[in-house]
Amino acid sequence: MMDLRDLSVSQHVGLLFVMIFGGLFLTTVITVAKGFREMAPEKQSTYERFRLELRALWIGTALFWIAWAAGAFVATLLFALTSFLAFREFITLTHTRRGDHRALLAAFFIVLPLQYILVGTRHFDLFTVFIPVYAFAALPVLAALGNDPTRFLERTAKIQWGTTVCVYGLSHVPALLLLNFGGDDNGAFLVLYIVLVVAGAQIAQELASRRMRRRPVARQISRSFSWRAWGVGILAAGIVGVLMYWATPFKPLQALFIGCVAGGCGTLGELVMKALKRDAGVRHWGGRSSVTGAVGLLDRVAPLCFAAPVFFHSVRWYFGV
Amino acid sequence: MILQEVAGFALATLARLITGAQGHWIGSPPKAEQRIYFANHQSHFDWVLIWATLPKDLRSTTRPIAARDYWTASPFKHWLTREVFNAVYVSRVRVDDEDPLEPLVEALRNGDSLVIFPEGTRSNKGEPQAFKAGLYHLAEQFPEVPLIPAWIDNVQRVMPKGEVVPVPILCSVTFGAPMQLAAAEDKRAFLQRARAAVVALRRAER
Repeated sequence: MMDLRDLSVSQHVGLLFVMIFGGLFLTTVITVAKGFREMAPEKQSTYERFRLELRALWIGTALFWIAWAAGAFVATLLFALTSFLAFREFITLTHTRRGDHRALLAAFFIVLPLQYILVGTRHFDLFTVFIPVYAFAALPVLAALGNDPTRFLERTAKIQWGTTVCVYGLSHVPALLLLNFGGDDNGAFLVLYIVLVVAGAQIAQELASRRMRRRPVARQISRSFSWRAWGVGILAAGIVGVLMYWATPFKPLQALFIGCVAGGCGTLGELVMKALKRDAGVRHWGGRSSVTGAVGLLDRVAPLCFAAPVFFHSVRWYFGV
Repeated sequence: MILQEVAGFALATLARLITGAQGHWIGSPPKAEQRIYFANHQSHFDWVLIWATLPKDLRSTTRPIAARDYWTASPFKHWLTREVFNAVYVSRVRVDDEDPLEPLVEALRNGDSLVIFPEGTRSNKGEPQAFKAGLYHLAEQFPEVPLIPAWIDNVQRVMPKGEVVPVPILCSVTFGAPMQLAAAEDKRAFLQRARAAVVALRRAER
């Protein structure tokens, strides 16, 4: 383990590739092998769901890997597109009115691209305040000019919230790519680090909640979220973090701690997004489509939307980059 | 030849990107047969959405209706409706000795499918308005062509009447089971039944 640090960047990349896709491949082989056996009908449906999830995971991983390997520009573009699609889904779920048209146009076609341009050009100071300060002031003005006082605060707040989560939050992932750590080009590994850590926390929490059957903390919102399962998720995130420490600028203990923080934020973010979907009246969760097909991407990226800003700022603050 | 294909592809991609263009075929599968689709009408975007949800092979034979005075007013509008969408032009000004449905009848005789919005005008009240008689007359003249009701959801939020730039919001088109003019069914009853078939798709179980 000690020698891993001394490997070259390309060797690191190769090793990560083998780890990630090897893991996925193994899971797929096991899943397919299990599929040959006869199953009870209810188990069958769980199995089918898992297979769909696995397929989505493959697609996501492959896309992410390609973008990541292709460099900062392609990765930024990929996350900008993901941001766009997630925000589209978010707006679909909220009730906006005609008067919001201009504000929505500004959010989609001005704020979103500008935010990612700021990321791409490494204007980190402006990037951190652009949405919380400038877009925050501009969007309600546009909505007010729409000349419709009905539920004004509610509508404006929803657009603001969506912009903050889907655009501001997610844009911190490619920002990590471009963050410079003492000349080393390991910002790229930080992106992989946070994605894997958050995914690890999510999967571990899901498995733990199935196994343990603890009393849910917020039954109305999520039947599976319990503090114990959350803790297992955090622990898993920490372990994934330590396993990856050699590719990051962190020491093992730092990697553990930061992994725990990011993983915990991510799974809490998932809970918040579940609350939002409940509010919007969406019963199904993941994969299965609703009337407009507005289910799927948002809940998959939600943990990242919440974990990435916390991760970005704590790393930046702690290391003084 | 190439240009309109590129334009068609670009438009379909754009519609996908902005609305997701989800098609739910719950009552009838997409099929290469002659059909008359009829749907609620809330926005100029309606036609593009239906067109984008159709499988690619069906797009060239499925034609919209366009008002001649508006859609031939500029060279670009004319080119778009004629070359890309293969629209059937109808005139809104009624001339005494001319049947306004004549171009539609001709298109159906050629074996093309049509998409019509029987409300006649865009409504933004949520509930569709009463259907105009055109659908009835077509059903009467072409009893063998299946009539497919369709409900277009959410599109009024994408591009409200009077706005030009669409906001990205997911939309869907739900296609229902084919219906036909029943024996001895009068105009009023048929039009009400057709409207009810469209409205029923709004809350259809998917």
